[in-house]
Amino acid sequence: MDAFFNEMFDGGQVRAPYARLGDWTGSMPDELRHLKQAEAEALFRRIGITFAVYGEGGDPDRLIPFDMFPRVFTQAEWRRLERGILQRTRALNAFLADVYDRGEIIRAGRIPADLVHRNEAFEPAVMGIRPPRGVYSHIVGIDIVRTGPDDFFVLEDNCRTPSGVSYMLENREIMMRLFPALFRENRIEPVDGYSEALRRTLASVAPRKCDREPTIVILTPGPLNSAYYEHSFLADLMGVELVEGQDLFVEGEFVWMRTTRGPQKVDVIYRRVDDHFIDPLCFRADSMLGVAGLMDVYRSGGVTIASAPGAGVADDKAVYCFVPEMIRFYLGEEPVLNNVPTWQCGKRDDLKYVLDNLADLVVKEVHGSGGYGMLVGPKATAQQVASFRERLLANPANYIAQPTLSLSTCPTFVEEGVAPRHVDLRPYCLVGEQIKLVPGGLTRVALTEGSLVVNSSQGGGVKDTWVLAE
Amino acid sequence: MLSRTAENLYWIARYMERAEKTARLLEVGARIALMPGGIDGYRNEWDALLRAAGSAEGFHAKYGDAVQRNIESYLFFDTDNSSSIASCIGRARENGRVVRTALTTQVWDALNTAFQELRELQRTPRSELPLSHMVDWTLRHCAQVRGAIEATQLRNDNWDFLHLGYFLERGDNTARLLDVKYFVLLPRLDLVGSGLDNYQWTTLLRALSAHRAFHWAYGGDVTAHKIAHFLILNPQCPRSLRTCAQGMSDHLDRLARGYQRSSVVQTRARTLLGELAEMTVEDVFEEGLHEFLTRYIAEVGAIGRLVGEVYLSGDIR
Repeated sequence: MDAFFNEMFDGGQVRAPYARLGDWTGSMPDELRHLKQAEAEALFRRIGITFAVYGEGGDPDRLIPFDMFPRVFTQAEWRRLERGILQRTRALNAFLADVYDRGEIIRAGRIPADLVHRNEAFEPAVMGIRPPRGVYSHIVGIDIVRTGPDDFFVLEDNCRTPSGVSYMLENREIMMRLFPALFRENRIEPVDGYSEALRRTLASVAPRKCDREPTIVILTPGPLNSAYYEHSFLADLMGVELVEGQDLFVEGEFVWMRTTRGPQKVDVIYRRVDDHFIDPLCFRADSMLGVAGLMDVYRSGGVTIASAPGAGVADDKAVYCFVPEMIRFYLGEEPVLNNVPTWQCGKRDDLKYVLDNLADLVVKEVHGSGGYGMLVGPKATAQQVASFRERLLANPANYIAQPTLSLSTCPTFVEEGVAPRHVDLRPYCLVGEQIKLVPGGLTRVALTEGSLVVNSSQGGGVKDTWVLAE
Repeated sequence: MLSRTAENLYWIARYMERAEKTARLLEVGARIALMPGGIDGYRNEWDALLRAAGSAEGFHAKYGDAVQRNIESYLFFDTDNSSSIASCIGRARENGRVVRTALTTQVWDALNTAFQELRELQRTPRSELPLSHMVDWTLRHCAQVRGAIEATQLRNDNWDFLHLGYFLERGDNTARLLDVKYFVLLPRLDLVGSGLDNYQWTTLLRALSAHRAFHWAYGGDVTAHKIAHFLILNPQCPRSLRTCAQGMSDHLDRLARGYQRSSVVQTRARTLLGELAEMTVEDVFEEGLHEFLTRYIAEVGAIGRLVGEVYLSGDIR
């Protein structure tokens, strides 16, 4: 079990960032812990933070399990992460601006044209449109795993609409309410500037034709969406309207929302609706979630859509392999954060390796997310491996494979007390006039012993994430 | 404000008010069941209550005869019944969930707590749930939501749409309750005030939580004349048609001022209020109580529709 990096214990020694947490758990009897846990759960329920799991039916108001043991970074660790995240975010946006313009990186032969142009997430419809400040992805969530004291890897990028930031904010609120003493003893960087930073970011990318304080809205698919709570939470914190497609319409050169005072012009749309649904005239004609004619207004500079349609081509799992190359190409720098070695099953040699080592690898769908449709080789039965092999052979280009990473562990409250469980990290980077990273993020934890899958749809939980001040 | 948000707010209030009315009806029914009296009279009462709750047809289709326990289930728990307390609280909370941003934390908390506790009640064996408990529970949560609105919501257009919902629903409820009692139990005018009906009228006052208030306001014997005045024309009675018309008119005036645009619905509500302010009980009885109430219910319905057209569709220029 010591094959995994434990973020709290180094041998018998407690690592510096966790120095004060040993006493904290030591002095907490089981009854108090259960009491606090129940209190936390009641708070989550009362606030209404629930999470619907796709395709599982059952209780639509399920809670994501919250683990009270925080995950801690020192200032030095965080600075390094921050450097890497900002760098990567710049490169991803530079890539998007490039592939929807002259495509220099393709001309230079640094990334195959097919990978970009034949990508499902590539939107020919936005070719040549230059969004305000050249920003395509305004909120970038980069999933990071750790395998050693200095070893951080990027697992995947999320350039469209990364979710979970409401948990980052609420986990902190709840921890502060449950354990105020902890916050007096440890100097923890606050995260509650996020919503204001998000509002400023969105305001800073107001469209060309906007000549006043921009009106910002969040576009949601509606209350049945699993992240609806987050949409309304962010709208509330920013003081902007939460709209559905039916609340918006296009007339003349602008987008309007239906209000009790009559139509009101909308300048910036933070959409939490997928590309294919945002405009039935341009994309899926059967979409009820979008606004007819939105893309025309976007094209003519009447509205900003964040993130820009087509931004998904940068976070595709096959394109992922080329992000280090993007960093070198656009920024002339070496990547601070490394990729996880990845085999692309569409390549013959890679496929052969993957098939030969299927039981040791993690295999994912290129366009999948949420931990669905993936194989964790070492955890799978022979039968699961065999049936996955067939699916893989049927459409190899749809899959990538990665080694099973020795994800770091963080102490976690479990039935028997405290035990190590595997964690990952999703920080949220904001891109507008400036690039900003709030010191913190969402730590997801695999609550099942030995499990490496942290997705909330697969039984994962969440933790408060601390960055200690100097 | 988004038109859809206004609509959700308006319906939160309507559903909460409706849940409260259903709870009061249940309370009255249970009271009557404890009284001595012929089986027929008793059945008649429940029937009247089901009618007042707008649930008579649905109930009879599902259960047939009016058996108290079934009625309790139907009016409290049954989600097939759109006026049941469970349905109303569930929908009010769903409307609230959609417009979380327009509600204060306390209001949302009150709505959500009611809903979560309701789910607990639904899991509790009925034998452990006396009706009085269920009724008290409902009235308490309705009061909590209203109190949270009163204490924490900004006095902006959100506030007006919430109150439009409350007053519209309340006026409609009072009118229907009056109408059902009158029409079903006392179809002939000459029986009114004959003394036979005192008990029926008293239960009506109880259903509106206005039993003691009535005596404070009028004293002496309970007569049809006084009750009609109290529930229709008295501006002091919180559930009178006059008070509800005043509330609708006030909030529509506030909206028109806030939006700097007068509206047809504002005029319509003012006209209704003007009429009620000048009317006497004699006028009401002359027109015929049932006829008058029918007209009032239709008028409130028309105002509701106009609110929808003017404010909730969002197409006005």
